[in-house]
Amino acid sequence: MTKTALQFRHNGRDVALFVDGGVNLLVALRESIGDMTPKFGCGQGGCGACSVLIDGELHLSCLTLAETVNGRAVETLDGLKDGPNLHPLQRAFMEQFAAQCGYCTPGMLMAAKALLDRNPSPSRAEVIEAISGNICRCTGYEPIINAVLAAASGGRARA
Amino acid sequence: MAKHRGRGIASINYPIGMNLGGDPSQALVHSNPSGKFTVSLSSIDLGQGMKSVTRQICAETLGVPVEDVYVDTADSDTGPHCMGSFASRGTHRVGNAVMAAAKEARGVMMEAAAEELEVNAADLETDGRGTIHVKGAPHRSISTKDVAIAAQFKQGKTISGRGIFLVPLSEVNPETGEMSPATCYAHACLVAEVEVDDETGEVAMVRMDSAYELGRALNPRLVEQQLVGGAWMGISHALFETPEPYYPDPAHGPRDFVEYLMPGPGDICPHDIAVLERPAADGPFGAKGPGEMCANPVLPAVANAIFNAVGVRMDELPITPEKVLRAIKAQGGARPQARR
Repeated sequence: MTKTALQFRHNGRDVALFVDGGVNLLVALRESIGDMTPKFGCGQGGCGACSVLIDGELHLSCLTLAETVNGRAVETLDGLKDGPNLHPLQRAFMEQFAAQCGYCTPGMLMAAKALLDRNPSPSRAEVIEAISGNICRCTGYEPIINAVLAAASGGRARA
Repeated sequence: MAKHRGRGIASINYPIGMNLGGDPSQALVHSNPSGKFTVSLSSIDLGQGMKSVTRQICAETLGVPVEDVYVDTADSDTGPHCMGSFASRGTHRVGNAVMAAAKEARGVMMEAAAEELEVNAADLETDGRGTIHVKGAPHRSISTKDVAIAAQFKQGKTISGRGIFLVPLSEVNPETGEMSPATCYAHACLVAEVEVDDETGEVAMVRMDSAYELGRALNPRLVEQQLVGGAWMGISHALFETPEPYYPDPAHGPRDFVEYLMPGPGDICPHDIAVLERPAADGPFGAKGPGEMCANPVLPAVANAIFNAVGVRMDELPITPEKVLRAIKAQGGARPQARR
């Protein structure tokens, strides 16, 4: 099968790899780069577990052809913390008990980051809208919504 | 065509665990030479918090800090036997087994400490912070770490314990079939308020208020987390989820998350929960456990609320817009019931 050479920034680091034609970004991240933080849920854009940021915009990596990120910047949950320091969203998720089994958590965090990056103090309705493409089986969403709101107000308090 | 509000209530008694073969679970606890303890279980934690709760139970029973206890559920081949994580039995059954194992391990630890301090083990107590000392004389003390080292390298003792919890077999009355299937019950009551659209058949959740009596809440935040999440699952079963929408022909069933419907973050509603604690006589530190029953009262409460709103009795789950609409049509329109 024909391989395509691909270069992009992965969490601030340049990576170069060969991918099979038609391979999606989720497979490239998990199997070629070894970044297991984007999760495979449904493989057809119905659950949000594979959410990543491409040039700061929220995308479903299972529906993104790997070749389309050539020369662009991809952020995953793996790049969210700063060394040993958790991102304010990660801390808020811990403090608000916003994870149970944890499978949706990487996608939820990326969807929340995409929101807070463009809107640092969202309303409750805006948070619900921002995570509406992500399914959670355990929490009932309430703790997740509260965590995003807490991280947002925490950010305001520090500014 | 209008939207109708309705309110419904449901109360449940929920048995903790079951009585098949006594419903046993085992636990093993042992100290490492570092003075840290490992709890070996075959019980599975799939996010409900059993590892946290059994860790607390073990630390409390041993009298050591919770940080000094590690719960290992990695391998059901090498771990002691467990019936499984179901029937809301984890906290109660596994917790009791861990407590029994930790009690036995504590006995050995106190004997080993007594030998080092040259006192009677009955005169010793733990401070819960990693030190064992003579009652009334805190300066006559030894750390649990030094006890573990002495037991391992000097005394040749294993600081360990075995635990099992087995429900006594209930006698069955041959005349009536009467028996006692469970040793303790949790209780709950939930009020659901819904809004039914008589044009589309859609049911929207407006709010829920509930009270749960589940013995001692060993980890209140985890209990709250499970009650909030479980209520969502109740909404999901009541209004959304089914693997067989066109039963009995499975050919048209949902194949993926796009067709298998579940509530999204916009479909939930405010939910106020009161947790009542009435410790169970045979529970670990009085705990029963929230478990499955956090979803159970939602379904009948929602069905009752729909009846209250539009006067139709829904007796098949999930209560989809199509079913509601057909029922409203069959009775010739919405008939809102009296609100109390």
